[in-house]
Amino acid sequence: MATESLHHDAHADEHEHHDAGPTKVFGFWVYLMSDLVIFGTLFATYAVLMKGTAGGPTGADIFELPLILFGTFALLISSFTFGMGVLAMNANRVGQVKMWLGITFVLGLMFLGMEIYEFHHLIHEGFGPDRSAFLSAFFTLVGTHGLHVTFGMIWILVMLVQLSTKGLNDKTRPRILCLSLFWHFLDIVWICVFSFVYLMGVLV
Amino acid sequence: MFGKLTLEAIPYHEPILVIAGLVGILGGAALLGALTYFRKWGWLWNEWFTSVDHKKLGIMYFIVALIMLLRGFADALMMRVQQAIAAGGSAGILPPDHYDQIFTAHGVIMIFFVAMPMVIGLMNLVVPLQIGARDVAFPFLNNLSFWLFAVSALLINISLFVGEFATTGWLAYAPLSGIEYSPGVGVDYWIWALQISGIGTTLTGINFFVTILKMRTKGMTLFRMPIFTWTSLCANVLIIASFPILTATIAMLTLDRYLGMNFFTNDMGGNVMMYVNLIWAWGHPEVYILILPAFGVFSEVIATFARKRLFGYHTMVWATIAITVLSFIVWLHHFFTMGAGANVNAFFGIMTMIIAIPTGVKVFNWLFTIFRGRLELTSPVLWTLGFIITFTIGGMTGVMLALPAANFVLHNSLFVIAHFHNVIVGGVVFGMMAGLTYWFPKAFGFKLDEKWGKRSFWCWIIGFYVAFMPLYVLSFYGAARRMNSYPNAEWQPWFIVALIGALLIAAGIACTLIQFYVSVRNRDKYADVTGDPWDGRTLEWATSSPPAFYNFARLPVVGDIDSFWSQKQRGNEQLDDAPYTDIHMPRNTVAGPIISVFAMIFGFAMVWHIWWLAGFSAIGMLVSFLMRVSNDDIDYYVPAAEVERIERAHQQRVEAQA
Repeated sequence: MATESLHHDAHADEHEHHDAGPTKVFGFWVYLMSDLVIFGTLFATYAVLMKGTAGGPTGADIFELPLILFGTFALLISSFTFGMGVLAMNANRVGQVKMWLGITFVLGLMFLGMEIYEFHHLIHEGFGPDRSAFLSAFFTLVGTHGLHVTFGMIWILVMLVQLSTKGLNDKTRPRILCLSLFWHFLDIVWICVFSFVYLMGVLV
Repeated sequence: MFGKLTLEAIPYHEPILVIAGLVGILGGAALLGALTYFRKWGWLWNEWFTSVDHKKLGIMYFIVALIMLLRGFADALMMRVQQAIAAGGSAGILPPDHYDQIFTAHGVIMIFFVAMPMVIGLMNLVVPLQIGARDVAFPFLNNLSFWLFAVSALLINISLFVGEFATTGWLAYAPLSGIEYSPGVGVDYWIWALQISGIGTTLTGINFFVTILKMRTKGMTLFRMPIFTWTSLCANVLIIASFPILTATIAMLTLDRYLGMNFFTNDMGGNVMMYVNLIWAWGHPEVYILILPAFGVFSEVIATFARKRLFGYHTMVWATIAITVLSFIVWLHHFFTMGAGANVNAFFGIMTMIIAIPTGVKVFNWLFTIFRGRLELTSPVLWTLGFIITFTIGGMTGVMLALPAANFVLHNSLFVIAHFHNVIVGGVVFGMMAGLTYWFPKAFGFKLDEKWGKRSFWCWIIGFYVAFMPLYVLSFYGAARRMNSYPNAEWQPWFIVALIGALLIAAGIACTLIQFYVSVRNRDKYADVTGDPWDGRTLEWATSSPPAFYNFARLPVVGDIDSFWSQKQRGNEQLDDAPYTDIHMPRNTVAGPIISVFAMIFGFAMVWHIWWLAGFSAIGMLVSFLMRVSNDDIDYYVPAAEVERIERAHQQRVEAQA
């Protein structure tokens, strides 16, 4: 769906174009796949180092599922609101796009707030990333995701500015599509984090 | 204010470093002075530094790579001299710590700052032309990739004068590279230089992958693409899939060193072998990123100069794809001695040997292309023949190393050194030299001098065998790698022979430099205005040399493999009367160099723990990137009349010569 909406572009028939909308979206897909390899590496490292607690806490000791669930729902709903934003873009309603992006930003902020609270709490308890290999891997995996969310939110702000100054055109549309891919991608990665790190962590 | 950086960081008490530093500073000052004196700054900035033209970026990659080759080779010569004289109790000229820095520098520079930019430079120069495109998919990112590479080359060389080089070997194995055993800044320079250039490489991978898949001209299906484009495509797949592993691994090492984390430490639950696994999960694909495009070069060269279509085009493509896939499931053969157990080692040993099969297919394809062809013994062909023999020998020693039982004996010995130089010199270096000679006239409009090219080849190939065969011999006596002296005086003659080999290779490099000088001096004599000096087969030869910035005035249409060749056989020049149209081109960009300079300052600040400067340059990067993305004036149209004027001028030059 995301790529199809570009086919109504004025340049759709010039396929040798550099920087054309569909090419950008395709390139962004490829970038996401390479980014996925970064997360794959961090997941693999987490799996290997999970037992390396060095006498410190295990996942079951420190994970507070209700809090994490709250953040998870904030992020999942934000994917939905971004989807609504893309639908509004396809209907050419700039105002609605901005509104949905704004809501997405707020939900992202809630998620990030949850994560910062969790990290701060853990470090405060003496369970910082230098305590054990398990905690190093945990903080790095979750923190890398959080860093991505932060960049996604900066990007949302940039798009809000660009929508106000430039409106919807063949430059801003592919950017919003790429950003939506990015945002959904982070959601999928988070589902993996939630399942493999938190749920399996408290099971063990 | 300056973090860990003090005057003590400048190694004024080491004469070799002082001389190297002075040469570097004086050379740099002379260059900057000359640029100022001849008022070339504006030209350099407008025509080259900010250019998004893939051909110019390709040339710049090669220039930086050749300069780095001199640096990396100077390290190699010092090692050979040291080992030749430090025998039977003699200490030689390099103390162990300095020797460690030098072999690390040699490996890091040769792989990351010589081989990689040469491969990527050739891709830049050739791939868009071969697929009949006017540019790459993301021209700005292409410029950014180059600059990220260039500034990290600069950053790693700053460590020569300010601070030190890592003493860890080129892959910085943990725990040696951890803060406990390497408290100095050497590993930090390594980290930030590789991180910055690695991000540039990932961007290049994405860029060329999309370019090849999306920007091919009409009629060029995947199985009509030239082999060099195919091998580049596969190399880019490898880049996209493997460089993020390097990025993540180095990031974890960084966290260990900077924030006291415990990924790769001995205690607190860390796992050092995780580092070794991850670095090779990137590292093994990396060697195929280097060699696959070299295979592509040989395929083009041999088909062109045998005047035959490449034998077994389809098997060549499938062999390339097979190698691409297999390269991800062999990484453990770099450390069979880890103790993963017999079954795991057997799996990786067998997978490694299986890679020899598609490689063998390629060798036979090249041989059968020569068979009953009319092979012209030009210097690119000599490099190719030298490659076939040398690489086959290197491949066979590789299969020997792939046997876990043999590997336990050969591990960490000079056998490994001899093996990988056998494939990297014989494969990548010879491939890049062949590619350089073959495509030089496309880039500059005149051929390179053949006489000096052939002299370079003979020096290189003889020098290679003289330098590295003794290492195989020594390894059977049990010589370990990375030693600055060997107590056994009976080995010394072999090391002296190896030194003579290295000197021969030095003569080969000198021949190449003379070749450049002679060719530039006689450029009118060697000029080629037809754009097709070798009677080529693929689309890059269908346009002028050097091509106009838009590559093709009219986009070519492709009907089969080697379409340009069959067109010439049919004698029709397609679409010659069609009117020219406006051409859509990207504008130059200042963002690439600016973001990259901020990235270099960021790296330097992180190395020396100058936190305010790191923060400042990070913000600088972000702001300049945001300014770039909010600028929509990034392209323009070249009017048809301008295209016609350029093309007519070219026509007149061709007719004048004819």
